[in-house]
Amino acid sequence: MIEVKGVSKAYGGKPVVDNVSLTIREGCVTSFIGPNGAGKSTLLSIISRLLQKDGGEVLIDGRDVAQWKSTELAKKISILKQSNHVNLRLTVRELVSFGRFPYSQGKLTKEDWSKVDEAIAYMDLSDLQHKFLDQLSGGQNQRAFIAMVIAQNTDYILLDEPLNNLDMKHSVQIMKVLRRLTEELGKTIIIVIHDINFASCYSDYIVALKDGRIVKEGPTETIIDSAVLQHIYDMDIPIELINGNRIGVYFK
Amino acid sequence: MKLKLTLLAALAAAVIIAFLFVDLPHNWDYALPRRLKKVLAIALTGGAIAYATLIFQTMTNNRILTPNIIGLDSLYMLIQTFVIFAFGVVSLPSTNQNVNFGLTVGIMLLFVGVLYRLIFKREGNNLFFLLLVGLVMGTMFGSMSTFMQVLIDPNDFLIVQGKMFASFNNVNTKLLLLSVIVIAGVALYASRFSKYLDVLSLGKEHAVNLGIPYNFVVKNLLVIVAILIAVSTALVGPIAFLGLLVVNLAYQFMRTYRHRILIPGSMLISIIALVGGQLIVEQVFTFETTVSVIINFIGGAYFLYLLLRESKA
Repeated sequence: MIEVKGVSKAYGGKPVVDNVSLTIREGCVTSFIGPNGAGKSTLLSIISRLLQKDGGEVLIDGRDVAQWKSTELAKKISILKQSNHVNLRLTVRELVSFGRFPYSQGKLTKEDWSKVDEAIAYMDLSDLQHKFLDQLSGGQNQRAFIAMVIAQNTDYILLDEPLNNLDMKHSVQIMKVLRRLTEELGKTIIIVIHDINFASCYSDYIVALKDGRIVKEGPTETIIDSAVLQHIYDMDIPIELINGNRIGVYFK
Repeated sequence: MKLKLTLLAALAAAVIIAFLFVDLPHNWDYALPRRLKKVLAIALTGGAIAYATLIFQTMTNNRILTPNIIGLDSLYMLIQTFVIFAFGVVSLPSTNQNVNFGLTVGIMLLFVGVLYRLIFKREGNNLFFLLLVGLVMGTMFGSMSTFMQVLIDPNDFLIVQGKMFASFNNVNTKLLLLSVIVIAGVALYASRFSKYLDVLSLGKEHAVNLGIPYNFVVKNLLVIVAILIAVSTALVGPIAFLGLLVVNLAYQFMRTYRHRILIPGSMLISIIALVGGQLIVEQVFTFETTVSVIINFIGGAYFLYLLLRESKA
């Protein structure tokens, strides 16, 4: 279980995350939504220890993040940021094999390689596994990085805007994979996402942030609601029920 | 991969043998030990510089940086200039190599220590901020040296000028031995971080995600780089520029990201370049130029090529 207690972070005196407390449910997809500058990505980075917090605590399985041994924590929680440019010339398979580092410290065993193969198959990358990353499209690259995270095989997977720059087909493909990961492998997934309709269709819980604070959190259907969204985004978002999904029609 | 390493090792051995035996005079019992000592100094500093540059580039995720940027070369020149400016050419720190070596290494490490404390004490410890401060300090040291150089006697300046270029011709045996011990010790200490290097080259966020104690590792590597550069510079003079050349050549030649291969590869290339360069200096130019002139010329041209290629990509 991930518990966030009174976490704050300020840049140059301006609070970006302001006294946020939150409990993440296990085995679910939780989405962080909110306008630009709401502190979603910052909160995600703090939970995953990429950023130091100014105050409060983050408990993972009851233990403070700072007290975990780095290697042990890397077997529990993984994070993928939105820009994943890597300076190296790596093949997909080599990249995915980095996901096994917390287990093997660089000396991969047979078991590690079979996990790598599984992750590659899971992301449907078998045909591309010997291609170099710079030969791939944005969507294929994103899939390769997600495969690395799958190979890392952590209970908690945090993704910062995984659909950034992807077309509809690849977005749907990645969201479906995330659902499969929770349903088949019992992973707990937290994503930062801008498209409220993707959040609505694929997440179990939604946490809405604005100006560094949590405005409202709860099961998806309680957040994807005109009145609630009006408060979060300061705009009128009518909600329609289409094929059982709550869809915000905000384009006009 | 193994084949390429073997090839490099064979080439390095060939260059070293050529250096030792080409044109060996009849009274070889004098010349050979001198040449052996020189080759040892070259291999030691060449290897240390290659290794330091490689891990520095890995740490910063930047293939056109060298550890030079912290300003150690400029500090070395400042110390050498100041010694002559303040105490004169015949003073103890100027003439006694042991004193000079100790003084130089001491001050360089002190400088890195201060820089490091100042920057990593504050929160948001940023490696690039440290590099920027080092760059500014390096420029300041350079200006101060120039200032003193224009004031001193032209004859004294010739002595200073002699220190501006790396030279393997007068390496002190005792200091060489000491450097071997220090560098071997540092290398042994560094080996415990070697498993992290591949992951570090993915960048900070991936490294943290994969469970590397990032700050701890980077701080330690920085100290390792500083010691290696300080000792090699104090031993033979400023040669850190060489690192950029050989590490990039190693990347191009080995075509891998694995440090297990890149480390020996870049060290061997470094040794080939330095021993080969010195061989050319001695046999072709008959000591009329120095090896650093040759290396700076080739290195500069290669650096331009890198910049042009990066801007195209």
